[in-house]
Amino acid sequence: MSESEKASLYHFPRGPFITMSTGTFAVKAGMAQMLKGGVIMDVVDVEQARIAEEAGACAIMALERVPADIRKDGGVARMSDPSMIKAIKAAVTIPVMAKCRIGHFVEAQILQEIGIDYIDESEVLTMADEDNHVNKNKLKVPFVCGCRNLGEALRRIAEGAAMIRTKGEAGTGDVVEAVRHARTLMKEIRMLKTMDEDEMFTFAKSIQAPFALVKQTAEAGRLPVVNFSAGGVATPADAAMMMQLGMDGVFVGSGIFKSADPAKRAKAIVEAVANYNDPKKLAEVSCNLGAPMVGINCDDLKTRYSGREGGGMNDGPPSKKQKPHGTW
Amino acid sequence: MAASDALGLLPVNLCSKIETQLADHAPLVGVLALQGGFHEHKVMLARVGAKVTEVRQPKDLTAALHALVIPGGESTTMAHLARHLDLLQPLREFVASGRPVMGTCAGLIFLAKDVDGQKEGGQELVGGLDVTVHRNHFGSQVDSFQTTLTASFAPDRQIEAVFIRAPAITRVGHGVSILSSLDKKVVGLDPDGGQLAVAVQQANLLGVAFHPELTTDDSWHKYFMEMILSSLKK
Repeated sequence: MSESEKASLYHFPRGPFITMSTGTFAVKAGMAQMLKGGVIMDVVDVEQARIAEEAGACAIMALERVPADIRKDGGVARMSDPSMIKAIKAAVTIPVMAKCRIGHFVEAQILQEIGIDYIDESEVLTMADEDNHVNKNKLKVPFVCGCRNLGEALRRIAEGAAMIRTKGEAGTGDVVEAVRHARTLMKEIRMLKTMDEDEMFTFAKSIQAPFALVKQTAEAGRLPVVNFSAGGVATPADAAMMMQLGMDGVFVGSGIFKSADPAKRAKAIVEAVANYNDPKKLAEVSCNLGAPMVGINCDDLKTRYSGREGGGMNDGPPSKKQKPHGTW
Repeated sequence: MAASDALGLLPVNLCSKIETQLADHAPLVGVLALQGGFHEHKVMLARVGAKVTEVRQPKDLTAALHALVIPGGESTTMAHLARHLDLLQPLREFVASGRPVMGTCAGLIFLAKDVDGQKEGGQELVGGLDVTVHRNHFGSQVDSFQTTLTASFAPDRQIEAVFIRAPAITRVGHGVSILSSLDKKVVGLDPDGGQLAVAVQQANLLGVAFHPELTTDDSWHKYFMEMILSSLKK
């Protein structure tokens, strides 16, 4: 695709009258582009929000319970009380995100109404619709969605997600699933880059993603939207590892405020992400942080959040090849 | 926006490669790469013929740099990192050296003498540009917008502009010229209209409230390149 053809895709308003448009793709994706290289932290109250802002978080996620507590308490996890989100929003100047349940478009409408900066349609909350995700193209507020692999990422982008995060396993403090999902995603993109167009049709089918987005990913050589890591990051080393694996930034959920010294750990993780390729700096910021969150080994988990996706999508491409029709 | 419209859209300049086939005498521009939209600026600068390099530590701010770009991002995050990496004083010295510096969005906040709407306790910044900037002037992300603007260096042309949780310039000091402004009526701030400054220049400093690097229109980067080339002639 030539530069001029690409330019025609951006739909800038033109004409004799100067207008302004909100909620366009350029504005939604642009917001995520400005978060790159940053850390987004889960907070449950105004005090934590201030600590996160002071530590240099590029955004915060306002929620009633961090994933570690949702895991512990069980029951149905829903969107947080809007008044609590508003109080946090009023206390800080950095962007504030909030979570809605998968498929719960009314929770999304409410979050848009109270002026939230980004919505995370999150598998950490209980699913509201087992078949359909929110049609994110219908809302002005941008969305970030989780993925385990390239197919899932592109399905969410097709629904209007302007930003992606790998899912990991939230609330565990165990980085193994975050690494698995980041590795899977990057490996699939590398495989895709070596394919010719003939092979892409079948590849698109096998990962259950729209062909147009598969082709675009191959041309771009990376996921076509900003892609953060999430789920299980607990130390500066974890965060820097996710960056070296090719992520654009990092979400840290329970890892900060379930540790012994949240303010210090938060600062250290921010600096680790900014200097992710500098082992000397990483060694420096990793010192004397106090105890990290205790965490849960992912092998001992009863409930896995990362498997939650609408439409009964399986984890990755089908492993068994079906015999072509008419053969035996 | 319908799903079919969204499919096929790409974030501008996110996936673009940086042009490396440049003339030997091309000026070298540093891009502050602490956080935010530095890749997009590198893409645009290389497209208008500049060599680019990332500035992450004080040692990267070398005498070999002909100019500097401070990109958009989260200004509190960038300021926090700049302070912890001991970059604020070297950045101030770069600004004082007279070499051209462009700040966009958070970068404009970095360069502004006064900033309203700071986080509690305020924040130490670079300064140098005699303006007052109001952070998040237009509201939260749902109020972010795109529009077209004219600039004093191209009065007969509409230039694309993307405003994301953008600041605005609410006071302009002596010696600062306004290069571009918004009609307050068009953006819904004031039904009676009036102008709001969104791009200014004071000698070697260019401050822009929006994101020229999130469009394919290279007018602002070309203008900055002219500033660099004329500073090299001096």
